[in-house]
Amino acid sequence: MAEKKTLRQELTKGFLIENPVLRLVLGTCPTLAISTSVTGSVGMGISASLVLIGSNVVISLLRKVIPDKVRIPAYVIIIASFVSIVQMLVKAFAPAIDEQLGIYLPLIVVNCIILGRAEAFAGSNPVLASAIDGIGMGIGFTAAIVSMSIIREFLGSGSLAGMPILPASIPPMTIFILPPGGFFVYGVMMALANKLSEKKGLPKAELKGCEHCPMNDACAVRPLKEEEEAKGKKGGKAS
Amino acid sequence: MKIFMFIIFTGLLTENFVLAKFLGICPFLGVSKKLNTAMGMSAAVIFVMVLSTAVTYPINEKLLVKYNMEYLQTIVFILVIAALVQLVETVLKKYMKPLYNALGIYLPLITTNCAVLGVVFLNLEKNFTYTQSLVNSFGAGVGFMLAIFMFAGVRERMESCDIPKGLQGLPITLISASLTSVSFLGFGGIAERLFK
Repeated sequence: MAEKKTLRQELTKGFLIENPVLRLVLGTCPTLAISTSVTGSVGMGISASLVLIGSNVVISLLRKVIPDKVRIPAYVIIIASFVSIVQMLVKAFAPAIDEQLGIYLPLIVVNCIILGRAEAFAGSNPVLASAIDGIGMGIGFTAAIVSMSIIREFLGSGSLAGMPILPASIPPMTIFILPPGGFFVYGVMMALANKLSEKKGLPKAELKGCEHCPMNDACAVRPLKEEEEAKGKKGGKAS
Repeated sequence: MKIFMFIIFTGLLTENFVLAKFLGICPFLGVSKKLNTAMGMSAAVIFVMVLSTAVTYPINEKLLVKYNMEYLQTIVFILVIAALVQLVETVLKKYMKPLYNALGIYLPLITTNCAVLGVVFLNLEKNFTYTQSLVNSFGAGVGFMLAIFMFAGVRERMESCDIPKGLQGLPITLISASLTSVSFLGFGGIAERLFK
């Protein structure tokens, strides 16, 4: 956050410029696993967004109370509480979605998007901006996972949100709802997003080892890597 | 004995954690560039997976289920795993320096890895007994190691390839992960046929 952004920019940056899935490469596990069906993806998108908004607001409120040294555990507890709330809500009001999401619903707690936003934004920004950041990122995540699921469900089972679209005479390409299809569609979408952002003059989405990981600062691998890098070429570390 | 073999083979091949269940994708994509980091990382994952299963299973059985507090599972598990990993790291650092140098640096990274929490939830979902859970965690960890190792090989080959400009970087990595995953599809049903 080098320069001050307007609230409107905070909201819309999550859609494409800083889309968590396609640009920041966060939250890959649920995206790949759940995007086999549109209904499940919508459920996953909404649940994760609720957790994200809630935890962003609370973390932002507590940002001056939480000591810097124990911030990661504190964030994790806040996030875990919101996940439990959402879990109970989904179990009570949408049991079918709960069944579809399975273990991926409690696993929102380790979804890097949420901890990543806490670390990169909510921990150092005022409440309103953090809430809006959460909403924007939530929409970006939901949009990415739902559009991926539309492609996969249409090609893989010839239906959309459970409703058959293709006539039975055209056999669906089942591989698209199997694991390989997930990686493949994600790769192609990433290539498209790179193309789009190249037109806008933005850098490509890249996975620089551990650097994209929200745990990077707290992580013990980093000093080791720096050491390694310093040995390789003198002081080429840019962060 | 047959059931244990079945669990291990399922975790290793048919329901590989990374390539079929999509758990632990971040380290899979992030650490698979070099073989030696891949080795250290996956050894630490196996270690933490078995350890956290060993600890969370009794907590769940003796505390949460007994007093009807299953709704606390998410919070309790993540906290217990995080505290445990921290403790193990400190102990290793103090008393077992060589082991710490080999594994220790990867430990904090794994705390918030979905593969570790995922295996704990999966054991509960499948209603495994204590021993079965431990075996399953071990199998899942070895499966993670297998996937990350195979993929590290694929990526090393890719370095010298002429990749179309639009696909360079992450897209081609994901597409080659897709092809690696296809090879695991071929194992479908093998565990059932062999051990059931």
